[in-house]
Formats: sequence, structure tokens, C-alpha cells
Amino acid sequence: MYGTGLAKGLRLTLRHFVESYIDDLRYGFRKYHHSTDNFGIRQGTQTKGVITVQYPDEKIAVPERFRFVPFLIVEDDDHPTRSGKDWCTSCGICAKVCPPQCIWIVRGNDPDTGRPVPEPEGFFIDIDICMNCGYCAEYCPFDAIKMDHDYELASYDRTSHHIHDKEKLSKPNSYWRSIAPTRAYDEMLVRGTWEHKDAAKEARRGSASSRASSPQPAAQQAASAAAAETAAVSAAVEAETVATAATAEGATPWSEDDAKREERRRKALERKAKRAARGG
Amino acid sequence: MENLAAAEQSVERLSIDDSIEYLKANHSQAIKLDDRDGYEGVIVDSDMLVDIARVIRDELGFDYLSSATAVDYLGEGDHMEMVYHAYRSSGGGALVFKAQTDREAAEIPSLVSVWRGADFQEREAWDLYGIRFPGHPNLTRILMWEGFEGHPMRKDWREAYYEEEQKPFDSRWPGGHVHRAEEKNVFGKNVSYPPDIDLNRLMDTSEEAVYQSLGLGVDIERIMDKDGFETNELVVNMGPHHPSTHGVFRMLLTVDGETVTSLEPVMGYLHRNHEKIGERNTYLHNIPFTDRLDYISSMGNNHGYVLAVEQLMSLGRKYNPPTYRCEALRVMMVELSRIVNHLWAIGFWLNDIGAFFTPVLYFIQERERILDFFEAVAGSRMMCNYMRFGGLFGDLPERIKSVSNLTNDRVRDYNTMQFLTEMINERIPRTIDELEVLLTQNEILIERSMGVGILSAEDALNFSAAGPLLRGSGVAYDIRRADPYSIYPELDFDVAVEEEGDMYARYRVRVTELRESVRILKQILPRLESTQGESIWADGKPGAYAPRVPHGESYGRVENGKGELGYYIVSAGGRGGSSNPWRYHVRAPSFINLTPLGHMSKGHKVADIVGILGSIDIVLGETDR
Ligand code: SF4
Ligand code: SF4
Repeated sequence: MYGTGLAKGLRLTLRHFVESYIDDLRYGFRKYHHSTDNFGIRQGTQTKGVITVQYPDEKIAVPERFRFVPFLIVEDDDHPTRSGKDWCTSCGICAKVCPPQCIWIVRGNDPDTGRPVPEPEGFFIDIDICMNCGYCAEYCPFDAIKMDHDYELASYDRTSHHIHDKEKLSKPNSYWRSIAPTRAYDEMLVRGTWEHKDAAKEARRGSASSRASSPQPAAQQAASAAAAETAAVSAAVEAETVATAATAEGATPWSEDDAKREERRRKALERKAKRAARGG
Repeated sequence: MENLAAAEQSVERLSIDDSIEYLKANHSQAIKLDDRDGYEGVIVDSDMLVDIARVIRDELGFDYLSSATAVDYLGEGDHMEMVYHAYRSSGGGALVFKAQTDREAAEIPSLVSVWRGADFQEREAWDLYGIRFPGHPNLTRILMWEGFEGHPMRKDWREAYYEEEQKPFDSRWPGGHVHRAEEKNVFGKNVSYPPDIDLNRLMDTSEEAVYQSLGLGVDIERIMDKDGFETNELVVNMGPHHPSTHGVFRMLLTVDGETVTSLEPVMGYLHRNHEKIGERNTYLHNIPFTDRLDYISSMGNNHGYVLAVEQLMSLGRKYNPPTYRCEALRVMMVELSRIVNHLWAIGFWLNDIGAFFTPVLYFIQERERILDFFEAVAGSRMMCNYMRFGGLFGDLPERIKSVSNLTNDRVRDYNTMQFLTEMINERIPRTIDELEVLLTQNEILIERSMGVGILSAEDALNFSAAGPLLRGSGVAYDIRRADPYSIYPELDFDVAVEEEGDMYARYRVRVTELRESVRILKQILPRLESTQGESIWADGKPGAYAPRVPHGESYGRVENGKGELGYYIVSAGGRGGSSNPWRYHVRAPSFINLTPLGHMSKGHKVADIVGILGSIDIVLGETDR
């Protein structure tokens, strides 16, 4: 009969309307309460009721992998040896993988020797340009840059507020562990320590050097080892400066790694020369 | 001799290699094998191009021109090249043929007389590369406006904010002192116009001047001068700001009373030269950029692109294909996005024809849950950036879980597999059932959409239509079956097809595809269970961030929600390949599906135009690129 299809459709609309009340009755309105279970019911796969969320009185907490503009991890204040230190070693990889090229890093130099140090002097992210892709966090070899969960960044003036400098970017390690506990744990498993890669190495080198009674003070040695490590990572792409500095220095104790490192550096230089020859 | 005679009869079924042999045997003077490292197909003598194209279409049976695009080989031979990918509608691989021309005064005969689907693509090549196509009926700019100077995809053209040929830029590290591009490039001072454009002309606001100066192909004189009177034929400008255009898109209609006599689509308002950006980028950089094409189904965009690059990488020595789990996850994500896409398409098409927002909100509820899932797995609801060369961003998390961080945050915590299972087995099928109850038998919908916007099967093929637009016209061409990729060959599903070719048929195709997607997803779930714990990377660890891609070309295409999405990629550079693409082209279904819009709209009422446009299902991020 003409109009049956129409009537069936209207009946469905009516059912949706009624069901939203039935759903409320079934859960006794507790799904509007704020605990995990109740909010889970409201948004979950079983609900038939109203799923809308009244922002900003209510916000949906974002999942752990959620990515918004990045932040830099610094060591917690109560860390025994490295409090306040950047996790970032200024290796430059994040600046290279960043698709819209919105990361700017000034690598620091030692004022006495003029050699690069594994710590950024300046770090800028233009959050107007950042496309929240998450590459910087994904490819950082030191777990030093992470994607934030705080998406409420609106401001009245983009020119003064939207280039985040190092101060604005830095957040303590404990913050990252609180917003993404599972991921922080997984990263720890990959690194093999809750500490920064270098801190762990420092500890190892420290004990090794005291046994070998090296003429160099342990701390200094560890620092240059860290610099060499940074250099190795950069050299894999193209940086010759750090690597040259670190190896020409000659103070770094040779280990079996260094031969490989030297090889890598040589290859990187070759590639660079080739590219220059092509005019690319 | 007998062999040859037998071959003659089955020419239409020759394999690609044999087809090339056939061409060489019969047209040796016009055909040359493309023997560049990693290239395929033949190079056709420009003068003979149209004839050879006819042979390819009529004798060899490659009746579907998927993609026609240009490449600028500045410094790599110093010529321009048009690359055509033709397929058989019965399935199988591509016959790739190319035509070359000088960079100066570039000219290649138009193929519009053979495949009308070449229309917009040749206009694009003229616009972006400056290649002229003698024989093209309306060779005007399509993405840029006529006051644009130069042809921006040429390798020697530089954008206003030009910094370096290729990323990463040296200024970012180690001496990365931040600056904004606009500080160095003051707005208004970085624009130049071609010498022959008179900007004052733009001040003239009379109707005649506006339409004539923009050269949009509307014959205003005929309209104005009929017997010296203004007649009832009228030019109506729909858009660019119009709710039914799903973005910033414009249609220039000439109407006789309420009846449309011609329609000219005008686009490019959202153009950002995605392809030029893509050629400055490294291969990896491009993945998140593809998200921004068809932003409704970014997973599918990722998939097409990584397939194209993986094809190229497989030419090299060190390449591991993705693991089975990785492929299963990819297919799952893509099918979920197809569901999102079709729900969205049907919902907004209903908005266009007057069923305002009740149905679409029911569908959006389900879409929200799928996006929640994407967010928990990939990190973002729409800009998923999930796939990598040879792998994925990450495996499924065990739980879809959040931690309260901002004030008023409300927390959820689900088991991922349970969430997925309930979605796939219960919620999504239920929504599709409801959708059908609401719409399929609805008399108003039927009357409104049956017989409107008809596209015949021959026209659909000839216009290079793709996706539901093609299958709604009775051509059962679905790349997942016709030229399969990933794990689709082992999955059990049917290709949706309807014969009528009208708006209602396209709706039916989408509903069937929704059901088929659910069918695929149900087959994926046990595969995920059985591969639990398997790595998503062939060698167990994530791929490099700057992979070097071997020299060659590749065309990766997938059946996306809106139709055939293809990526044509050329990797140049020395023997070792390069880490930036030389050519990066997107065969955008939303763009090419607009080619038959004018044809379909003729003779319908103005109010039907929005419905017809909605039934094609375009998204301007992809149309304008
Ligand atoms: S990749 Fe990590 S360590 Fe390297 S510069 Fe960036 S944030 Fe610092
Ligand atoms: S999230 Fe992406 S765009 Fe943003 S800073 Fe990191 S790499 Fe760059």
C-alpha cells in the first residue's frame, strides 16, 4: 500500500525517541554520573540512548595514543642526579621527520670548547603549522618528545602565543607517565630502563671507568660518550660536524661500537657528497 | 599463420605483455618500449597518439582510462611526458602508455575524443604543467584561476614561500632560529600576474563581464541575444558557498525556466597544490598529507599511498612485504572507513534532497564509535596517519582506555577486541537495517531519486567514473576484485552493482557495499584472533624514517569509498633511488567523478542538481587537492 514505507520509517524515528528514555530508566540515570563505568555505558556499544556530551561541562577524556601538539620531556624535579635536565639530546631527527617543518632546534655548544653538547639551546614548535601527525614522537630515538593530550590551546593572539619555545614545551617526565601510563611502560621495556637512555649508560660507564681507572673523570667521560652517541644517530643521516668533533677529540675510549660508528659516518659523508654532486 | 588468426580474435583478452607485443607488431613506427629503469609500458609517438589510443580501446579492449597525468623531467631528459593508465572493465592490470613533448611549447594531442574521462585531467595538466592539448573542447585552467602566473607543477616553478627544493630544510637544525614565512614574504608583495591580464577588468561587475572574463565556457552571447530580447534562459551561479556543495564548490548553470540546459563545474577553491607539496616532502612526510585529501576516509588514502610506495620499494633489494597481521589490520581499517564514508554519503545526500538531519544523525552516532576506535588505535579521529611503508603505526592496543587529564574529563575503558566484535556483529548491522527501514521503501525517496541523474554504462566507463557512480550504472568494476591487492583475494564478498544508473541505484549500491563491508569485517575478526602476537613489521622493528626508494615508477590504486583512488609515483635520482618522490600524483575519484556531472544534469530541475551532486559523493579536500 502506498505510504507503508513512509509509515515504517516514522515508526523507527518514534522508537528511537522512546528508546532514549527507556535506556535512561534501565540504567536509572546513573549513566549521567561521572565514573568510568557509567560514562562507558553512555558511550558504549550497548547504549540505545542519548550519547551526546555537554562540552565543556563534560569532556571526553582522550585515549592514550591521542596526539595533539608535542611537548618535550624534562627530568622530574625530584630526580636524584638529573633533575630538570632535558631528555632531548638535540639530535635533530624530529626536525627532519616533521612533514610541515615546524620544529626549529638550536643545538647548544660548550662555551669553553665550542663543541656541540647533547642538549638543545633553543627548541621551537610553531603550533599553527604543526599538523599533529605524531612523527616527532614516533621517531625520536630518546623518547624525549611526546604528543600532548591538552587540546585546549585557543588564544586571542596567534603571533605571541602560537610559537611554543622550550620553556613552554617542557613538561616533566611524570606528566607523560600520568597521561599515558601504558605507553610509558611499553617505552620503558624497549629502552630497558625507566631512566633516559644516556642516564643508564652514564651509570654503566661510570662503574666501568672506575674499574679501568681511566685518567679522565668519570662524569666528563660519560658526557662525551653521550655526545658521541648523539652524533652517531645524527650521522646516520648527514651530520658530519658533531661526529667529527666527537671522534677527532680522541678522548672517547674506543669500543667495538666505534668502528661501526666510523663506518657509518664515512658512508653518510659519501652520500652527502653524492647528493651535493647531483646538486640536490 | 593460424596462430596469428586465432590471436586476432582474442586480442581483447591478450595479457598486458602480449598487448604490448601486439601494438609493437602492428604499429612499430609509433611505439617504443619504455626501457628506463623500473618503468613499464610503451612510449607512443605524439602524432599517432589518438590513433593508438583508439587501437588500445577498441582492439585491445582497454575501455577504462583510469589516470592521465603529466610529469616534468627537467634535468632528467628535459622533456614533458603524459602518462596514461588504461584498464579493461573486465579486470586485470594496466596498459601504461606515454607520450613525450618538449618542455617549451609543450603540446600533446587530446584524448577527449577517445575517452571523455580525459577532459578534466587534461585541463589539469594544462593548468599545472602548461601542456597544450590540441583537440580539447575547452582547454582552460581548472584548479587555478586565469590570473595565475605560470604552471606551478613545473619543476622550475617556485612558490612564494620557497625555501629549498626538498625537505628536510637545512634551516631547522642545528641552527634553527625560528621565523615565520610571512615575515619574509609580506602578503600582497609576493604575487605576480601574467602580463596579459587586466586586473581592472575584474572591477566590471556586469553579468556579461563577470562570466566572460572568467572564461567559464558559458555562451553568454547566445543567452543575451536571442532575437534581441533577454529570454527566459538564465545563468544561475550555485556556490561556491552553498550548503549542498559539501564544501567550496561552484556550479554555473544555464536554466530555461526551471530546467537546466548546461552545467559547468568550477573548482579549485580549496586547492593547495598537494602534489607540489608532495614532491618537496620525503616519502614519509606524505602519509599524513594524504589524510587531508578525502578526510572522511583517511585510512583508505593512507593505504593507496603506502601500496604505491611499497610497489616501488619492492624493486629494491632490501624490502620485506608487510606481515599477514598488518594486512589484516589494514583491510579492517579500510573497511571501517568505507562504512563511515557510505553512512556519511547517504546521510548528506538525504540532507540534499530534503530529509533534513534525522537519518544522518542516526548514522553519525555509529560513525562516532568507529572514530573513537580510530582515535584509540591511530591517535586521531580523522587524520589517522596510521599506515607506514611495510607496516603500521602500531598494533591494536589491548584496551580502548583514557586517562583523565583536563577538568571535567570523563573516562572510558573498553576491551578493544570486545568493542570491535560488538560493533561488527551487532551495532553496525543493526544500523544498516534501520537505514533500510527508514529509506529503501520510502515512497518520497523513491519518487525523488528514481530516474534522476541517469548515467548509462557506456558513458560511465567513457567518463572514467569510479566507485558507486560506476557500479550504479551497471558496470561491476571493483578494484578489490578486478585488480586485487592486499588480502582481498582470499576474502569472500560480492561486488555491488545496480543497472539503472540513477540516484536511487547509487544509493542501493552503497547500501549493498555497507553490508559487504560488514561481511568482510566478520572475516577479519578471526584472522586478528589467530595472528594475535604476530608483529606488524616483517623484521619485527619499525621501518626507517628516511627510506631510499629505488628508481622507477608505480601506480598504486585502491577502491576507496568514493571510487578509485590512485597514486602515481616516480622515483628519480641516482642508482640508489631517492628519499623524495620526483613525481607524486593523486588520481582523485572526487575530481574525476565530476566530469560527467554536466552530462547527467542536463534536462533536470535545479532542485535535482544538488541531489545528483550528492549522489556522486565528492569531498572537496580531494577534488581540489
Ligand atoms: S628527535 Fe628527540 S632527541 Fe632528537 S632533537 Fe628531537 S626531541 Fe631531541
Ligand atoms: S606532530 Fe608532526 S607536525 Fe607536529 S611537530 Fe611533530 S612532526 Fe611536526
